[in-house]
Amino acid sequence: MRRTVFPHKLLPWLLVAPQLAITLIFFYWPAAQAFRQSLLKEDAFGLKTSFVGLANFRKVLADPAYLNALQVTVIFSAMVAFLAMAIALFLAVQAEKVVRGKSFYRTLMIWPYAVAPAIAGMLWLFMFNPSFGTLAWPLRQMGIRWNPLLNADHAMMLVVAAATWKQISYNFLFFVAGLQAIPRSLLEAAAIDGASRRHAFWTIVFPLLAPTTFFLLVVNTVYALFDTFGIIHAVTGGGPGKATETLVYKVYNDGFVNLIMGDSAAQSVILMVIVIALTAFQFRFIERRVHYG
Amino acid sequence: MAGITLTDVRKSYAGNQVIHGISTRIADGEFVVIVGPSGCGKSTLLRMVAGLEAITAGTIEIGGKVVNDLEPRARDIAMVFQNYALYPHMSVRENMAYGLKIARMSRSEIESRVARAAEMLELQPYLDRKPRALSGGQRQRVAMGRALVREPAALLLDEPLSNLDAKLRVQMRLQIKEMHLRTGQTTLYVTHDQVEAMTLADRLIVMNKGVAEQIATPLEVYERPASEFVAGFIGSPAMNILAVDSEAGTVTLPGGTRLPLSGLPRAGALHFGIRPEHLRLAQPGEAAIPVVLRSVERLGADAFGYGMVEDTDMAMVLRLPGTSPAARGDHIGVVPDMAHLHFFDPETGRRIEA
Repeated sequence: MRRTVFPHKLLPWLLVAPQLAITLIFFYWPAAQAFRQSLLKEDAFGLKTSFVGLANFRKVLADPAYLNALQVTVIFSAMVAFLAMAIALFLAVQAEKVVRGKSFYRTLMIWPYAVAPAIAGMLWLFMFNPSFGTLAWPLRQMGIRWNPLLNADHAMMLVVAAATWKQISYNFLFFVAGLQAIPRSLLEAAAIDGASRRHAFWTIVFPLLAPTTFFLLVVNTVYALFDTFGIIHAVTGGGPGKATETLVYKVYNDGFVNLIMGDSAAQSVILMVIVIALTAFQFRFIERRVHYG
Repeated sequence: MAGITLTDVRKSYAGNQVIHGISTRIADGEFVVIVGPSGCGKSTLLRMVAGLEAITAGTIEIGGKVVNDLEPRARDIAMVFQNYALYPHMSVRENMAYGLKIARMSRSEIESRVARAAEMLELQPYLDRKPRALSGGQRQRVAMGRALVREPAALLLDEPLSNLDAKLRVQMRLQIKEMHLRTGQTTLYVTHDQVEAMTLADRLIVMNKGVAEQIATPLEVYERPASEFVAGFIGSPAMNILAVDSEAGTVTLPGGTRLPLSGLPRAGALHFGIRPEHLRLAQPGEAAIPVVLRSVERLGADAFGYGMVEDTDMAMVLRLPGTSPAARGDHIGVVPDMAHLHFFDPETGRRIEA
């Protein structure tokens, strides 16, 4: 890579200043606020605030509802990340084979990404509403007692489906780009070497897609953890009971609905630690197996 | 190992024919080079043999079996690609073993075959390296090795040397020739480089615009080119072609010069061809083609004089001794060697036998 040497010290700082300012204002400052608040306790009317040390953390971690949210989050995130990537990869591979109307097909695939999360959630809710949902009816005709408003598993399936559907477009786009970057001659060489299409996919295409897949793994994990709030809020509101209450949703619920700011702040600090740890883990252990072209 | 038979092989893209019926038999162990300018269909033809392009009409047989509808993997062939197409995430060893593993060969057999190929191609020190840690020449050898370990019925090479520098190309050319002598592998080799074509081939297929202009041994192609295109394509510098008017024993050049020539095939308009190496400077008083030299290229052993036939716009190249004093602006007379004249039909471009 070419190294550029700046003649004086000020210019480089000025050039990175906007990015630094954004990061400071929108990440470090709120993060610091959350951390400060997690060590404080506020009374019910917000009149008195006292320093309580790690008491909020102790309380949160001992709370069975919090452990439930942790479990829900693990299940939800793993399913969303895996399904969104697997389905997008499948669709991208199929899209490669389309000869006529390729760009039309791709454009259609990308549209869902333009739908706002809350609206996507509402769409799915309407489609699968047990009383008037267009798609709930055939399910019931097949003898499934479909009711995401009462059945915890059904509710989970519905939010997973909505969150996955929303993310497939994004993953699809990256997988299509990744597939196009693989030289055709490699697949031809594999075909001549005797590999079936399926074998060539798993031994040539999939390993060469690893940089894309790894990037998407990190992005999708973060997506499932944070950005699905809108969908859950619109579809189930965390219910029935607390069956679809993820960590992020619980942070919102405890902080902005129940107004227990100390607990909520402690939870968001824990969440931050989880995400940092997870991402560090992914880079440390999974990226090693990634071959960059 | 096996021969390859092409019978009236054609290829069309959306009704647009690009290969116009090629037929030939490649014997077991023969080294055949398909040569032609870019866009002549030579790579397409090779890819049709490989099974990477569908065959529109005609049949291709490998080892006596019609392979038209067989997948590449069922054709028992190996191919070396122009860009080598090495699997970037696999080591040299894994690259070479890939096809063998798919063929469910035993581990010991795979190891011994890879070791043998690595020894032949001097790749032993690099077996555990990834392709990106190799030089162009080494990558090329890995691509060769990956094809050879399979011991296929036929080996196909698509411009395998075109990405190498000139010196390496000469080295690899010799190595490929030697390897062919050692393995006796039936080989089909595509190139646009006439030196590669002439030096490697047992037989040449000279292609132009989807037609095989001539299929013959290199020497035959050089000495008796079947068409004006072949005459111009094989040989460097290219053969001189002059439009002349012939009558009993004499031709009239465009400038009006009359030249007595023996062995004229017929009277009337003709294209007359003579290679630069078959021209010599005229003795004083001898009937000759008058040429004005425009430049002289000195290559050391030889020099090439580039000029125009006087009072015409027809270019003329002749080979001179390296020490020749000829210089730009000289008016010289050149005389063709009567044993090496070529005549072509001005209409069809085909060779006319004297």
